[in-house]
Order: sequence, then structure tokens, then C-alpha cells
Amino acid sequence: MSKPISEIENELAEEFDLFDDQMDKYEYIIDLGKKLPPLAPQYLQDDFLVKGCQSKVWLHAYIEGDRIFFEADSNSSITKGIIAILVRVFSGQKPSEIINNPLAFIDRIQLRSHLSSQRSNGLTAMIQRMKTYATAFA
Amino acid sequence: MIAEKKISKTLLDVEQIRNDFPILHQLVNKKPLIYLDNAATSQKPLTVINAINNYYTQYNSNIHRGAHHLAHLATEAYENARKTVAQHINAAEKEVNFVRGTTEAINLVAATYGRKFITKGDEIIISALEHHSNIVPWQMLCEEKGALLKVIPITDDGEIIFEEYLKLLNEKTKIVSVPYISNALGTINPVKEIIAAAHKAGAIVFIDAAQALPHQKVDVKELDCDFWGFSGHKVFAATGIGILYGKESLLEQMPPYMGGGEMIKNVTFEKTTYNELPYKFEAGTPNIEGGISLGAALNYINNIGLDKISAYEHELLEYGTEKLLEIDELKIIGRAKNKSSVLSFLVGDILPYDLGVLLNEQGIAIRTGHHCCQPLMNRLGIEGTCRASLAFYNTFEELDELVKGIKKAVTILK
Ligand SMILES: Cc1ncc(COP(=O)(O)O)c(C=O)c1O
Repeated sequence: MSKPISEIENELAEEFDLFDDQMDKYEYIIDLGKKLPPLAPQYLQDDFLVKGCQSKVWLHAYIEGDRIFFEADSNSSITKGIIAILVRVFSGQKPSEIINNPLAFIDRIQLRSHLSSQRSNGLTAMIQRMKTYATAFA
Repeated sequence: MIAEKKISKTLLDVEQIRNDFPILHQLVNKKPLIYLDNAATSQKPLTVINAINNYYTQYNSNIHRGAHHLAHLATEAYENARKTVAQHINAAEKEVNFVRGTTEAINLVAATYGRKFITKGDEIIISALEHHSNIVPWQMLCEEKGALLKVIPITDDGEIIFEEYLKLLNEKTKIVSVPYISNALGTINPVKEIIAAAHKAGAIVFIDAAQALPHQKVDVKELDCDFWGFSGHKVFAATGIGILYGKESLLEQMPPYMGGGEMIKNVTFEKTTYNELPYKFEAGTPNIEGGISLGAALNYINNIGLDKISAYEHELLEYGTEKLLEIDELKIIGRAKNKSSVLSFLVGDILPYDLGVLLNEQGIAIRTGHHCCQPLMNRLGIEGTCRASLAFYNTFEELDELVKGIKKAVTILK
């Protein structure tokens, strides 16, 4: 069973507080991406592509009991790290928790402020897709 | 080594030149900005910024119509800019049409000359190096007319294969449209030879000179090209202004592009007669400050001297190429023998976008992606590149910083 979203958010915020240097923060994000479990090849297809990203993102979700699980991959190391963060927050949660989550952690770890508008759009698209999955499974 | 390079043979005082560009003196992500995205757009020297400022603070007025003092001043400044452009490219003033940019220049020719003279079965030749702007307008024309678009192939180094070009030419060829310099790779094409061969086959030639004007002397008469387009913003002037040059005889045969004010001689509800060149293609109130800024920009680079600029940029290119190749797994994309100051590259299997983001964090602006050249990227079997495109205000030290920045990014990404 996953920890509650709020707890994961606090952990993330603490981890990100450790960095003042942007490059270090990026390095950390990229490392999170490297640790993301690989996505099965059948999901590396256009049907699972998230639109609105400059880099490619594939996202797959499935339900187990009353929990939704996400798996994802990207051809960009940075984007993959950002998805890894989203997966860490959302995977294993109840669909309703995801749908109603105000996503405060994104501002708390200042994820958006380092992203150009293009990437920020990509982030919005990824979150949107996760919420769409959650709605479908709710 | 670097210090030696700095006292460059070209005698270009880059320190002094950089003082002319206020935007270069700022921090980005707490690091001094290193602007290496000049092929996308160039920065503007103070004289250009002041020319625009003076226009609005001293003599803003519509042109060619007022009898009053400000209208005279504005008209004179705008027409002086046209004169400057004409001299710069060695054309007659009436052959110099103000447009919005390269894209509009190409569209204008496709929509007027093309619509009038292209018929079913005719052939239009472009190259594999093309920017989308020099593909789509011709494609639209071909679709409308049932004409055929042919593509000159390139080598893996990014050079046009001239013999293949010659094979494509035949009596059905009506238009050849190629870039002077490739924006994605920096290849300088043998445009003079391309034009001569096209003329022999009875075709006319459009030269997309967007990337040529900032880097070298140009002469449309010497090249004997028929049409020629470029964008002001790439040659240190404002955005939204550009030039279509056309031979007078061709422009005379062409129907107008847009209808409206300025381009008319006489209007009744029954019939309109059109104004003479160059006003025939300049419907509506133009980008007056843009035109003025273009004149100022060309004067600025001419004062420095384009020969010096070309020579200095060539030194930058050679230095940058050598330094970049010291990076493990770095591959330069585009290795034409005759090349302008563009460094397109890939490092291992790192996505250009990731490298671009991490360079930006270090204050270094490059462009990543397909550079509006998707067919070219397909031909090269890649999705995109990292591109550092240089101008005469860039320095050897900035290239050192680029190399350092890439190395740092690569350690993080690996
Ligand atoms: C070779 C080339 N052609 C055409 C264009 C289009 O220029 P503009 O967008 O200014 O019309 C560009 C600009 O990137 C270019 O580099």
C-alpha cells in the first residue's frame, strides 16, 4: 500500500530543499528518471504517447483493487525524471485522490519554474493524461 | 592558444562590437549570457534600436501619402532604407520589395509568378537541405497546378550532389528554389553554378538567402538570380521586415499579390490599375520602422566590413569545430567543405533537447530540434541536432564555455 500523497509530497519537498544549484537539481531529477522501471515494449507505441511534449512520453496505467498504477518512459532524460516524480506521487493511489489532488508539490519543489513554457505545457499534458486515466478508472 | 586566436588576423575588435549590443550584457541563470542561436534570429545593435526609437519619437507618420513634414521625413527614411538594401545586394531600387520576411518572399513568388506561369506537368526543383518555408509554398503550388516537386539529393556531409541536380533539370523545369546557406547545417551552396545550369534549362531561380546576408557579401546581379528573399531579423534588423528581390522584367509580368492601398494607381468600382514597381507588391501601410531598421542594420555591418566579418566567423567556425570534436562521442552534423558559422552536432545518443536544457541552465543559448528542416533530418536519419550558430559578436572564449558546458551536461546525462 502506498503512502498518502501528502506524505510523498513532503518527502519530495525535503529532498529538493537540499539543492541550491540548478544543475544539481537537474542531476537529481535525471537520476530519478534513471531509476524508473522500464516500460514494457507494447506500451512504447503511439497510442500511449502524451501529446504536448517536445520530447516523447509514453504513459500506461492499470488498476489493481481500488488503486491505480502508472508506468512511463521518455526519450528525454530530463522529462523521464519529471515523470518519475509524478509516478512516485500518483502511482498506487486511489483514482479519486488523483482527480482531486491540487498538485501543490509541483509549486513546492518549483518544478514549473525551471521549465520553459514548452516543457511546462508538457508537464500539464502529462498530469492531464494521468487524471484522465484516473477518471476513466474511477 | 586562445589568446593567440583572440588577436585574430581579421582585426575585428569584438570587445568593441559587443558594446554595441546591449542585450549581450546580462546574466541568464546567474551566468553571463552566451548567445549562440543567431541562425534563428540575430541580436540588434544600438544603432538599429536607436533608428526605431528615433522614428517613433521624432517622425512617426504614414508614408507616401501625407503632404506634411513628418510624412516627408518618414517617406524619405523608408525609401533611403530601400536604397541601402538595393546597393547592398546590387539591385535597382524598383526591384527591392519590402515584405515580412523570407517566408513571405517565397510565398509571394509562388502565389504570383507561380500561379501565372506554372501549369500541369511542370517541374519545380528544391533541395534536401530546405527549410520548411522553401518547401511548403512550392508544394501548395504543385498541388494546385498538378506540377511536380523534385528534390536535389545531398551527401552525408550535407552537400548538394551537383550531377544529380543536372540530371533533374529538363525542359519541364520551370523554377529552381534553393538556399544560399543551409540554416541547419551551414552548407554554402554553389548558387552561381546552380543558377547558370537552371538558366540553361530555361528555368528561373529563387535563392533563399535568409542565412547568407548576416555572414557574407552578396550580389544578385553577379549571381544573375531571378528572385531572392531574406529576413531582416536575421541580419541584425527588426522582426517583421524582409526583402523580395526580383528581376524587373519578371516582377513586371507578375500579377499583384495582395490588393489594397499603396499598390494601386487608380481605383474605380469597375477597374483598378496597379501602381508601378516596387509599390505594386506593397499593399497597405508597411512595417515602416522595420524597413528603417533594416537600412540601419545593413549600414552597421557594412561599416564593420563583411569581408572582415566572414573571415572572423570562419576562424570561429574552425576553432569551434576543433574544440567540439575533442568531446567524447561528439559528432558534427554537416561537414560541407564550404560552410558558414553553424555548428550542428550530436553527442552519443543524448537527446538534443536535454543538452539544450542543461546548457540553458549555464546561460548558453543554442537551438535544439529539427530546425524547421524535417525532411533534411529524415534524410540524415536523425530526429534533430543541437545547433550553435555564430555571429561576429561571438568570441573564442564563448566557444570554450560552450565546450565546458557540454562536458558538464554530458556528465549529468550519462
Ligand atoms: C534558410 C531559411 N529559410 C527561410 C527561413 C524563414 O525565415 P522567416 O521565418 O524569417 O520568414 C529561415 C528562418 O529560419 C531560414 O533559415
